[in-house]
Amino acid sequence: MNETGQSGISKFTGNLKTLADSFTSSVFRGGKPSSDKARASVIYNNFFMHIQGVKTHINTLRPSYTLGMGLIALFLFLIVVASGIFLMVYYNPSLENAFKTVKNINNVVFGGKVARNVHKWAGEGMIVFLFLHMARVFFTSSYKAGREFNWLIGIVLLILTFALNLTGYLLPWDQLSYWATVIVSNIMMSPKELTDSLGLTKFFDVGTFTTDFVFAGLNPGKESLNRIYLFHVMLLPIVISVFVGIHFWRIRKDGGLTKPEDFSVRNSDIGYVLEPDKTSGIFPTHKTYGLMELAKGKTPAVDKDIENTVMSWPNLLIAELAVLMVTLAGVLIYSYYIDAPLKEMANALIPENPAKAPWYFLGLQELLSYSAFMGGVGLPSAALLGLALIPYLDREQYKVGVWFTDSTGKKIAVESFIISVIVIIGMLVFAVNFGWLRNWFPEIPQLVITLINPGSIWVGFMILWSLFVIKRTGSTRMGAMALFVMFLVSYVILTYFATEMRGPNWGFYWSKSQWPIH
Amino acid sequence: MRSEDVQEKDEKVSRRDFLTISALATGALALLGIVAGVFRFFKSDASYEEARSFKIGKPENFPVGTFRNIADKKVFIVSDDAGVYAISSVCTHLGCLVYETDTGFQCPCHGSKYNQVGKVISGPAPRGLPWYEITQDVDGSLVVDSSREVPAGTKNRFS
Ligand code: FES
Repeated sequence: MNETGQSGISKFTGNLKTLADSFTSSVFRGGKPSSDKARASVIYNNFFMHIQGVKTHINTLRPSYTLGMGLIALFLFLIVVASGIFLMVYYNPSLENAFKTVKNINNVVFGGKVARNVHKWAGEGMIVFLFLHMARVFFTSSYKAGREFNWLIGIVLLILTFALNLTGYLLPWDQLSYWATVIVSNIMMSPKELTDSLGLTKFFDVGTFTTDFVFAGLNPGKESLNRIYLFHVMLLPIVISVFVGIHFWRIRKDGGLTKPEDFSVRNSDIGYVLEPDKTSGIFPTHKTYGLMELAKGKTPAVDKDIENTVMSWPNLLIAELAVLMVTLAGVLIYSYYIDAPLKEMANALIPENPAKAPWYFLGLQELLSYSAFMGGVGLPSAALLGLALIPYLDREQYKVGVWFTDSTGKKIAVESFIISVIVIIGMLVFAVNFGWLRNWFPEIPQLVITLINPGSIWVGFMILWSLFVIKRTGSTRMGAMALFVMFLVSYVILTYFATEMRGPNWGFYWSKSQWPIH
Repeated sequence: MRSEDVQEKDEKVSRRDFLTISALATGALALLGIVAGVFRFFKSDASYEEARSFKIGKPENFPVGTFRNIADKKVFIVSDDAGVYAISSVCTHLGCLVYETDTGFQCPCHGSKYNQVGKVISGPAPRGLPWYEITQDVDGSLVVDSSREVPAGTKNRFS
């Protein structure tokens, strides 16, 4: 039936002309938002955007507060997933083909080299930015009550990211992959070092169990590659996605990012914040919006500093888009100039000399070179446990959201930095020059070597030092600060030391150029 | 009479609680079974590893003073006045292959050093290089079995 008296054809052409508009409005229910109400509904009704609040606190938008670190890590993950799918088109995880297919990707496939570089560097970038993000969260006290659990989730994400990178490292099956696999499988076996010396291996053989679980046998072979691939492309990415989801959901439920109690708008904020449009919209200024208003109890977001929030659309979205663009550009430029390494095909008869782990594990490798169990299992577990416990052991709630808490905090951070640099360098110098227990007492039992080595002494020192700080300042926050600074410093210094100063036979050299030619 | 009845009823588990508990318990058991099954599934039954015992040839190929690195089997065969013996070339620290030096063996990965009989003299290696059993087959050739260790210093003379 013709309701308007128009001819069918003219109606059709009319529809055709407005196709673009009507399509757009079918996707974006409200069309381009022109009022605060519409801006709110864009965020609220959109599958991808509703993970963010309708309004965002100005403090969150200050680039100097978050530095965008967590967001960069997220975008890197997305880049990794996307480029990974491309690599899966050509890669084949078998002993015969793995290396060939990677070579293929590198040398033959159109865009293959860039895809592989992007995949590799974005993956390693995730580690860097996760650490930076973690440092930001730590130094702004953002792990404090209400957010402790999200700090734990963050640590789980850090571990998963390490696992993701490591499994990827093993896949090309070149010399680096092969010998890393050998070393990793032996680290997994290393709890035996402890159970053996305690005589427990008969009852409780964790080492063999985990090695067999991951590598299908005690020597890496074709089955291993299959499993590593499975972990790398299925298990870990799925688990990471789930945890990322929880991480973000918790941020929402915890009332957004932390902000200082005494927040006030500065003139410079105008530079990146669009003033709210007070003339239209249905929202009073003194509320946030969500179910949390109905729930009893401490809901962090309700009525807290509402005046200083602005609409997420467009303020937050512009900021996020900017970070995405910078991240993408950074990865592409880096990948254009720097190629991911690919050595000769795996050769089980000729170990690399020096056989080095990927850089993010080299700090551990330095510790491994004192004791396999302590460096590979004991100390990393201790460090992770310590990080996980921080929010539960330090519950002081003052000055949340302020970088380094206060002037004492700054002082403690600087002091711990200096002391840890001196002590850890001193320790390395000592171990390089004088050796360690085995060199002095060749008959010493292995248990002593396992327990007392430069790595465990360093960890002991960190703990004592932070207890001392707690005692001196009367504040657990300051103790945590000292511990965390020392953790970061030792990670960086050990990594640098093992990367640059350990040469063939794990000997000490001032720089790579002094390595003997062999 | 009636009140006693009620009391008795109270002490017994109510029907609702019984069902809840048994549901939870069976659920937990089933979960345990699945987890155990998954771990068992992952434990590989077939292994693609090479046989760990192998022939190295007739004794006359190893006159006194021989030092041979059988790289693909990851073992050194040494022969001196006291007899022939086999030392593993796999570092006991994390599995790199050691190479021979003037004073014994050296691992490239984290700097473990061993002396001539495979005893650790420095570095992180938790124990010495294992010695493997050497036997003689009926055809006269020597057989090294790298799944059987013998105490360091066990040397045998064959003819
Ligand atoms: S593997 Fe030989 S020293 Fe580490």
